[in-house]
Formats: sequence, structure tokens, C-alpha cells
Amino acid sequence: MSEVVIETRDLSVHFGGVSAVDNVNFSLRERELRCLIGPNGAGKSTFFKSMTGQLRGAESSGRVLIRGEEVTSWPTYRIMRLGVGVKTQVPSVMNGLTIEENLWLSAIRTDAAAADAVVEEIVTEMALQPIARRQVSELAHGQRQLVEIGMVLANRPSLVLLDEPAAGVTGNEMERLVSIIRKINRNAAMIVVDHDMHFVRMLEAQITVFNQGSILVEGTADHVLNDPRVREVYLGTRAR
Amino acid sequence: MDYLAVVLLEILYMIAFLALISAGLAVVFGMMRVINLAHGEFVMLGGYATIASSKAGINIYVAMLLIAPIVVGAVGLLVERLIVRFLYGRMIDTMLATWGLSLLLIGLVTLIFGNTAVSVPAPIPGYQIGRYQMGGYNLFIVAVAILLYVGMWVVLRYTRAGLIARGAMLGADTVSALGHNPRIIYMLTFTFGAALSGLAGGVLAPLTGLLPSVGGAYIAKAFITVITGGAGIVAGTLSTAGLFGTVNQLVSFASTPVVGEIAMLLLAIVLLRLMPQGVTGRFFRNST
Amino acid sequence: MTGSGFGVGRIRWNWFVAFALVLLLLPLLSEVNTPTLLAIWALFALSLGLMWGYAGILSFGHAAYFGLGAYTYAIASFNIGESTAPLLLAILIPMIFAAIIGAMMFYGRVSDVYVGVITLVVTLILNRFMNATAGDAYRIGNARLGGFNGIPAFPILNVPGDPNEQIYGTPYYYVVIACLLGSYLLARVILSSAFGRALIGIRENELRMELLGYNVQGLKTAIFAICGGLAGLSGALFANWAEIVTPSVFSLGQSAEVIIWVIVGGVGTLVGPMIGAVLLGTLKIVLGMQTSIDNSLILGAILILVVLLIPRGFAPAFVAWRRRLAQLQAYRRHARGTTRRRLHVKEAEQ
Repeated sequence: MSEVVIETRDLSVHFGGVSAVDNVNFSLRERELRCLIGPNGAGKSTFFKSMTGQLRGAESSGRVLIRGEEVTSWPTYRIMRLGVGVKTQVPSVMNGLTIEENLWLSAIRTDAAAADAVVEEIVTEMALQPIARRQVSELAHGQRQLVEIGMVLANRPSLVLLDEPAAGVTGNEMERLVSIIRKINRNAAMIVVDHDMHFVRMLEAQITVFNQGSILVEGTADHVLNDPRVREVYLGTRAR
Repeated sequence: MDYLAVVLLEILYMIAFLALISAGLAVVFGMMRVINLAHGEFVMLGGYATIASSKAGINIYVAMLLIAPIVVGAVGLLVERLIVRFLYGRMIDTMLATWGLSLLLIGLVTLIFGNTAVSVPAPIPGYQIGRYQMGGYNLFIVAVAILLYVGMWVVLRYTRAGLIARGAMLGADTVSALGHNPRIIYMLTFTFGAALSGLAGGVLAPLTGLLPSVGGAYIAKAFITVITGGAGIVAGTLSTAGLFGTVNQLVSFASTPVVGEIAMLLLAIVLLRLMPQGVTGRFFRNST
Repeated sequence: MTGSGFGVGRIRWNWFVAFALVLLLLPLLSEVNTPTLLAIWALFALSLGLMWGYAGILSFGHAAYFGLGAYTYAIASFNIGESTAPLLLAILIPMIFAAIIGAMMFYGRVSDVYVGVITLVVTLILNRFMNATAGDAYRIGNARLGGFNGIPAFPILNVPGDPNEQIYGTPYYYVVIACLLGSYLLARVILSSAFGRALIGIRENELRMELLGYNVQGLKTAIFAICGGLAGLSGALFANWAEIVTPSVFSLGQSAEVIIWVIVGGVGTLVGPMIGAVLLGTLKIVLGMQTSIDNSLILGAILILVVLLIPRGFAPAFVAWRRRLAQLQAYRRHARGTTRRRLHVKEAEQ
């Protein structure tokens, strides 16, 4: 049966006196796709970062486990080596290097010998051939997002966390993004954090709604969006 | 008992000394996040301005409290217009350019005044505590430091200029929101910081023979005092000046002045490593 | 993706050999004393340029390792008598010291500015300490530290195994050139390796490298240590050239100078820093021979101008220009509708 890939137990994070994440119990199974939504300041980003060891200067309690292994106090790179891929809110890519060079740095982590082949594969998959040798700094925002996703994939992760992948993506590119995500999901469990309700609906996945640091409700898109509490929290925001 | 009084006075003097030489750097760093590595040379220039005008017949107090700040303030204005204003936001580049400036100033002063020490006598005589001969002038330095910091605190807290200054610490947007041109505010701030450095240099001039290279000694201590203090101009600088001054003097009394200085530098490294936001980043948040 | 790429061009062996030949034949045309010093400075600049240009680590106190190398050599050679071990120690001790300082800074995730500050303070501490070690009490084994006056007259480099065969003059020049060329090749090897590529990635985006699973702190500490070792080597070679070591090797001035050499020559290339060191070193020597214009004045003015006008120095601007030119040529050829065969050949060559 599907085992749990990542889970948090009573995870709490405080900054100064503010409780950003409040006793969250979350779990994700193998090859599950989950969307995390919630209004600004709900604690999604903090929660996201606490799962990947990126929180410094915060007092946290509770546990984070990846496949049963306790990673709560692990440094980020060590957690990543368990097969985790992360795409950040603002695309973090190497601007001064070419797309191929970016992908290569990722591919070489898991399999040094096959790195060049993996790079070529990803370039083809993401339809980046015409610009593969261009410097990333010259690319448009949407293209940079694709490069970042490519980098995440080149590592062959089994757990992928995407923070606002749909930001600045429109029309055709969004459809391409959704199909890329579905493709990744065939091999990896995924958590997608986003604000764009249209995009979230297109993904047709289970949704977890955050509010004020804790989980408000979880379920399918229809179930969640018809929940009166969710409507209240999103007052004024209408799903497109 | 006498010895205790001497030790305490020496500690007080050291704290005042650090606070004084750090004031200009603290203002510029606290408000604009600019690290001016030529700060030591500004202090040195203040010293030279004082000595030159004193030798020209001007009253020593006027020379150190008026002439020195004005002269160095003018230099600061020039530097801001010609160099610093192009580098806002680029911290490393600012450090490099001001390091170049410090070399330039040392070269210029050596050219004009030569490499032999110049000095001027201290205007206040010494006094006795029991068996110990104390420098009276040191008390004057402590008094100036206290007045300066009280003055800065009052201005920052209770005047409109202070409000703008505190706004500047939050960023250019806040300054604009208050209805002022950030560029002009930054220019004035840098000039004011330079003037404070000049003041420190002037006040300290009677203590030792002045050489073009004295800036080096000042910059190191001012630097670590300000950076470990964090963004709070008054609270930050005073707390670290207090800490370093005490450690420096206590260790110096226990062994030698060099060991005292090294102890201070080591402490600085420890603090920088443990509190990257400085003391005011960790403890006295929201203080001035 | 080894070879060219990542902004590191393929090594042009014809240029390298030609240059090495020029260096080897130099003693036939001129005295070697000055070229030896310039080569030592070039090595020192290389040690900073490697770290700064490719890993993005700027140390404001790189002279600390230069000085440690110099002092370690002097002290060790007094105590050991034969020079091979002292020379090796002069590389090892600064390397260990740099590893400790580096680990403290990088594992502490200190920001760039604070790296600058901490490295500066470390140099200050060493400077103050060494300046105060006058008197007989301060000695390590046979070597008196000498405080402000330093350590003179220590045994200089000798042929390994034969303490009586001392190396100075033209043979010493060849030793220094060998070290310089060897270090350059070492730097090249590092940059072409996965380690070097990772460093470049770290320079570009540390967070992303961490998210890819790289031990960023360990890698930065490693290159910091290696460059500390290279600086130590240049320091030891300097000690042998000057035949005296004084606390001025730890001076802020020395740290400032090497930064100026690298930034003028070009941050982002290996050759740039070396050229900067040779040019500005020559300028310094020439200026030192007269008293009307002060060296500090000129260097200070140069640093200010370079930071304001060409922040990354001359060489990278040149490299970027060449890259752009190559790209432009490739586009032009493509637009002209070159045959597929020619395109494939071009790609295979890269």
C-alpha cells in the first residue's frame, strides 16, 4: 500500500512571539499530489521551509519525518539528498550560467556518469532545445521557472515541493505546466503551494487549506471550496 | 580603594573613547548601511585640522569642537557626492571604494604634512588619586562622549530631523513617504557622520603625536564596535563600546595592553559569529 | 561537461607553453630579483582570485595566510635546518588555519559583508600579536619572533636533502616560476572538475546549490583552505626572497594591495589577477624609487576608479565581450542558413 513519504507531527514554529505554524499534523503518501492553499500570512511558506530545513533563527518544536527518518534538525542539503526537489517562490537558478550548465549541476549529483545524457533528456522533455545554450539571465520569467523545474527533475527526486509554480505563468504555458506536473507526479510525491485557484483546480488534486498557522480543512477541490469556513477566510477572493 | 577608582576611571575612559571614535561610523552604518573604511582617516583629518588651526593661533577648544567637524564634514560631503552616492546598496563595492579612499587620504596627508608626528598639548592638567597620576583631559573626553550620545538620543527621539533619520534606517521608501528626498537625506547623513568623525579626531588630537597612519588604529576598533552593535545607533554602539571597553581594560590590567587589544578583537569575532545582526539585532530590537 | 563551459575557457596550451618559455628564458635578458618578486605576488593574487572570482568568497584579510606562510617557514627552518619540511609546513599551517576560520564563518552562515569583517579582524589580530612579540621570551624553539623587527637571517631554501646547497638567484627564480605555473595548473584542474563547477554554482546561487544537495559550507571551507595554502606558499617564497619576515606581511596594506591587484586585473579569470599583480607590483616598485608621489595615493585612486568604473576589472569585461562576439557570430551563421552538416560539426567541436 502507499506508504507515507513525508509527515509532520505537532510541528510548531515561532518567530519572536508570533506563532507562524501551530501544531500541524500533515502527511503525504507515495505519488500523492497535494495542493497547499491559504490566504497570505497563513503560514504556508513557513511550513514549506520547515520541511526542508531552511528555517534558521526560529524556535520550532515537533517533528518532520521523511519515510520514517527524522529530519527535523538536519541541514538542508542532507534532507535534499534523500531524494527531495524544491522549487522556490522566486526562481533560484544560476543566472550567469547557461541552461545546460544549470541542469548539469543538478544531474551530476545523482549520477555523475550519466549527467550529460540526463541534461539532454530534460532539455528535450521541457522543450528547451532552442535556448539550451543561452544564459539564464537573458530568459523571460516563465522560461526561468521551467529551467528551475528542469533542475529539480534532473536530480530524479521522489518528493517534489513546488512553491508558487504558476506565478507569472499564463495561457499555454500554464497548460504545459500542468502536464509537466502530472508527468512528475507519475514518479514522485508532490506538494504544490499556490494562490492561483484556476491552476489548483486544473491539477485535480487533494487540497490542504492553511489558515493562521494551522490546517483548516482538507479534501477535494469541490469539498474544500464549498466549505463555509474556507469561504469566510477567502472573503473577497473568488475562484476563477 | 584608590586602585579600584583608577581601574573604573580607565574603563570609563576606554568606553568613552570607543563610543567617540565609533559615533560617525555608527550614524552612517546605522542609517544607510554604508561601511566607510575611510572612517579612520576622517578621524585623522579631524586631528590634523585641529592641530593645524591650533598652531595657527586659534583657541584649542574652538579648533577641536568647531573647526575639525566643519572641515571633515566638508570632506565628507565631497566624498559622498563624488564616490559614495554611486554605490548605495552595493556593500562590498562601498567597502572597496572607501578602502581606496583611505589609502588616498593617507597619501594626501603624507604629501602635505609629511611623515613626522605633530602634536598639541592637552589643555587640561592632570590630577591625583592617591598615589596615581591621572590625565585630566581624559575626563573631558568622557564628558564630550556623554554629551554627544545624549544629544544624539534626544535628537533621534524627539525631533523631526530624528524622525526622518529613524525613517531612513528603515529604507529610502520611508524617507519618501515622510516627504523628503532620500538622496538629499543620505547626503546630509554622510556629511554629518563625517563631521562626527572629525569631532572625535579633534578631541583626541592632544593625546598623542599624530601621524597620517593613525587612522588604521581607529578604524579597526570603531569598525568592530559598530558592526557588532548592529543597527541601533545609540543603544548598539554604547552597549558594544561598554563591553569592549571593559574587556580591553580589564585584560590590559591583568597582563599587557596588547593582550587586552587582542582579547577585544577575539571577542568581536565571537560576537560576530554568534549574533550576525549585532547586539541590537538580538537584544534591543526597536531601540534607537 | 568538462573542458570548456561555466565561463571557464578551455586552456590554450599554445599560449601557456609560449608564456612558460618566455618566463624560462627571461634570465638571459634581465636580472631576476624583480621578476622573482613579481612572480611571488602573482601567485598571491592567484590565490585570492581563484576564491573570489569563482567561488564568490572575498576575504579582506588574505594577507593573514601570506604572513602565516612566511612566518611558518622562517620559524620552521630555524628549528629544522633543512628546508623541505619548512616549505611544506608553510603551506600546511596556513591551510589548517584557513580551514578553521573558514569553517567557523561558513558553517555559521555569516553573510558576505561579515566574511569581509571577520577576515579583516583576523589579520589585525595576527598583526598586533606579531608586533608585540619582542624580547627573548617570545620564541618557538630556536626562533625568536622578534616583534616589530621580525625574524632575520633564517636558513633559505636548499636542494632537498642537502642543507649546504642553498638555492638563490636564478635557480630560485626557476623554483618560484615552477610554483607559479604549477599553482596555475592546479587551479585549472580544480575549475574543470565537478568541485570547481560546484564552486561556480555556489557563487551564482548558494541557496539553489543547497537545494540540489550540495554541502555548500564544506565546499566553501575547502576552497578557502586551499587558497589559504597557496597564499602560504607565496608567503614562504616571499620570506626566502626577502630573507627576513616582519609583521608587515600581515598588514592591512598587504591585504588591500592583493585585492586591488585582483580587482584591477579582473575578478572572474585566473590570468587577470596575475597580470594585475605584475602591473601594479611594477608600479609600486617604480614609485618606491622616488618620493614625490606616494604609493598609497596612487593605489587608492586606482581602487576608487576601478570600483566606480569597472567593478569586476578588465579581464572579465574582455571575456564577456569575446563570448558575446562568438554568440553573435553563431547567430549570424545560423541566420544565413548554413547547411545542417556545418552546424553539427560546430557543435561537436564545443
